[in-house]
Amino acid sequence: MSATAVEVRDLRVELTGRNADVVDEISLDIRPGEVLGLVGESGSGKTTVGMALLGHVRRGGAVGGGAVIIDGRDLAHLGELDLRRLRGGTVAYIPQDPGTSLNPALRLRTQLSEMLEAHMPDWSDELRVARMRESLDEVALPSDDAFLARYPHQLSGGQQQRVAIAMAFACRPNVIVCDEPTTGLDVTTQARVLATVRELCRSHQVAALYVSHDLAVVAELADRVAVMYSGRIVEIGTRDELFFAPRHPYTRRLLRAVPDLEGRRAVVGIPGHAPLPTNRPTGCFFHPRCDLATDECRKEFPPAFEVGPAHFVRCYHHAEAARDIPVEGGANAVHVAEAPELVLAIHALNATHGTRHTLFDVELEVHRHECLALVGESGSGKTTLARCVAGLHKDFTGEVLLRGTALPPAARKRSDSARKEIQYVFQNPYASLNPRRTIGQTVARQLELFGSGGKDMGRRVSECLERVSLSASAANRYPDELSGGERQRVAIARALAAEPSMMVCDEITSALDVSVQAAIIDLLRDLRTEMGLSLLFITHNLALIRTIADRVAVMTEGRIVETGPTATVLEHPTAPYTRQLLANTPSITVAEGPATAPAG
Amino acid sequence: MSDSTIDTAVDLGLEGAVEGAPSGPGPAVLQKRPWLGILRNALRLTRTRIGLGIVTFVVAVAVFGPLVAPHSPTAFVGIPNSGPSSNAIFGADALGRDVLSRFLHGGLTILWVSAAATLFGVGLGVLVGLVAAYSRNWLDDVLMRANDVVLAFPQIILVLLAVSALGPKLWVIVVTVGITHLPRVARVMRGAAQDVVERDFVKAAEAVGEKRSRIVMGELLPNVTSPLMVELGLRMTYSIGLVAAISFLGFGRQPPAADWGLMMNENRLAITVQPWSVLLPVLAIGLLTVGTNLITDGIARAAIGIDGRSRS
Repeated sequence: MSATAVEVRDLRVELTGRNADVVDEISLDIRPGEVLGLVGESGSGKTTVGMALLGHVRRGGAVGGGAVIIDGRDLAHLGELDLRRLRGGTVAYIPQDPGTSLNPALRLRTQLSEMLEAHMPDWSDELRVARMRESLDEVALPSDDAFLARYPHQLSGGQQQRVAIAMAFACRPNVIVCDEPTTGLDVTTQARVLATVRELCRSHQVAALYVSHDLAVVAELADRVAVMYSGRIVEIGTRDELFFAPRHPYTRRLLRAVPDLEGRRAVVGIPGHAPLPTNRPTGCFFHPRCDLATDECRKEFPPAFEVGPAHFVRCYHHAEAARDIPVEGGANAVHVAEAPELVLAIHALNATHGTRHTLFDVELEVHRHECLALVGESGSGKTTLARCVAGLHKDFTGEVLLRGTALPPAARKRSDSARKEIQYVFQNPYASLNPRRTIGQTVARQLELFGSGGKDMGRRVSECLERVSLSASAANRYPDELSGGERQRVAIARALAAEPSMMVCDEITSALDVSVQAAIIDLLRDLRTEMGLSLLFITHNLALIRTIADRVAVMTEGRIVETGPTATVLEHPTAPYTRQLLANTPSITVAEGPATAPAG
Repeated sequence: MSDSTIDTAVDLGLEGAVEGAPSGPGPAVLQKRPWLGILRNALRLTRTRIGLGIVTFVVAVAVFGPLVAPHSPTAFVGIPNSGPSSNAIFGADALGRDVLSRFLHGGLTILWVSAAATLFGVGLGVLVGLVAAYSRNWLDDVLMRANDVVLAFPQIILVLLAVSALGPKLWVIVVTVGITHLPRVARVMRGAAQDVVERDFVKAAEAVGEKRSRIVMGELLPNVTSPLMVELGLRMTYSIGLVAAISFLGFGRQPPAADWGLMMNENRLAITVQPWSVLLPVLAIGLLTVGTNLITDGIARAAIGIDGRSRS
């Protein structure tokens, strides 16, 4: 066996029938036992690269050049049968969503043995069952017959993902491709899954490609990291080099967009969009968004510069980048002096979902101009609480008081002014806008309901859109013509059109890329100072609240276990649950101050 | 990230220009009609074009026929059941009237009665279906169980019951055919709306206190236009068959009026001697239903995005 388990040379995957590539000039290698993190935002081509290691290209694409060499064998020269043997046997895959990758109709025993039968056809049944149990033990799942007889739906999300990992490792592969396997999981579960993957890669000397958009997760897990932007690897280096001394402007700005638990950074977004494969600019693809761009960058895509041991960066201005683009953001969260004016109070709130009791004696207060973050894992009841406040969940007892007046549970029963004061922004911008209405119609309807309708509607719609940094031309678009970040801006513009005093934000950035998330957080911060808005900001991302919240309430199993100022809760947590949550949150440590640039 | 990054990347050619520098407060345009797009796509399919051609032809015959008919529909032009001659190209019917003239005069009724019944039934059905889907409570149950009762009877039985009780009046046929369509349409629309109801934009509308009627008509209806258009076409096909059958049974227009369904009935005994007086209306009605069916099929394909070429 050669020293590298995976060798990718100048790989190019193109769109069939168009003169455009999805990814190109991809070169990387992974040694046995090493984890290479492949980081990029949606559409950067990272999954395409991951799939190429399995000898697979998605429909509409084709390999246009280069080579993927696994264990000394070029995948391009393998037939369909050899490829099938390779997949799962030599190269295993851990998918993003275990809920869809496990067959819901098969018991775990059948699923696992299918895998083993395909790749170890000459094994006896006893041998297979033994390996099955061994694999489940490795991922810390029970391996008794009762567990093997279960169906996937009888497992939690984390358990399902660990079964998927057990399946991937069962045939003792040499290479493993992980496609964001922890995206849908809670931090606690995520921490456990990450530890499992890392341990198995070390103990079985497996070369792993870990594809993710989450820099913090990659920082926890990877030995080396490659950063992709619009189909190219723009920087590759060891974990420490990449996080302590990043040299590409994009990497540096991306790091600045990641919220940080210790709160030394305020998140700053990257203006503009990543280009699509069909309309990339000439020269460096990042130059329209780069402050350092010169004529050189506009002419030709930069070659790879070696800036350290095994640290390559594709930027002409990598030295300036290290000097001029701070990894930390400027201002920190706006901490507003505690204004005594109480906007929202929740008193002894108990909620039920059918016969299930989901919230227990919740007490909360939000003051004018304040941002209260409500933190908890999925199923903790934080969304139910938000919906009680907004009048979307009416099965509750206790009181929701707006400026001292108790509100009826159902939004329909509330007064117009109460509905105007509290605005709700949904988690998923892909579902919260009516796809059959233009952005302008959506915003205009809100103005009609709460503002003074009538003339000048077009101009007022434009004003609302400009408040969230969208151009007036967006008014004629339909939601599906906008990106996720833009849609979420529209949802915020819609809420703001009512001129509320309180905005309930339910995980509004969880569906978005980090740089987009940073831009939205930026926007909210500005809006708060401009409009004197109070925010109830719901999130599962602890690192995020440092940059936005004044106070934090931590929630688990329907109860609030801790409240207090953000810094106090994050630095001196009192509730054991908060401590556990903090310990499990992955975080990146980056160099403080500008990294020293080498001469020349 | 997602499974379809390549596809999305290609599809989203439009994004990219709206964020960033505000272009000054210009007035925004607030109107655009997405369902027209489906019709446009449907028109690109050969089957839709053929269907449209057939329907246009039959409708033209029914509408302009009376203007070009050589004789009055009630004038006697020859010996009963005589074959084609120079005076009557398709011969004479059982009472000696010109078959061609009666055929050209007899199409309008069946067309407008079926169209009116379809619009009436589909309109009510959409309303019932959407209200049922949106209410999600006892009202849903009451509406859907009432639908089940109507569904238990064949459509023609209910219509015959009504015309025999109220007399053979055209408005009775319109209303009863419409009502028998209602539960069938309502079921489909309820199914289509059920997943729209759960989407967040409906909740957003509730949170700002939109009226129920506005949510049903403004939020739900625009999101179920594709099944709605398919339903319209499908029910039109059924209406034509039903109305023709009722008229054949003698509950539609009464003699001596010219009507396709009635013509078949009047002349069926002599079909071996003089087939044209039955064959012409049969052909017209057959062509019409085939045509509406082809159009419906085209719309259905366009609505779910099969356009024939991309399959290969």
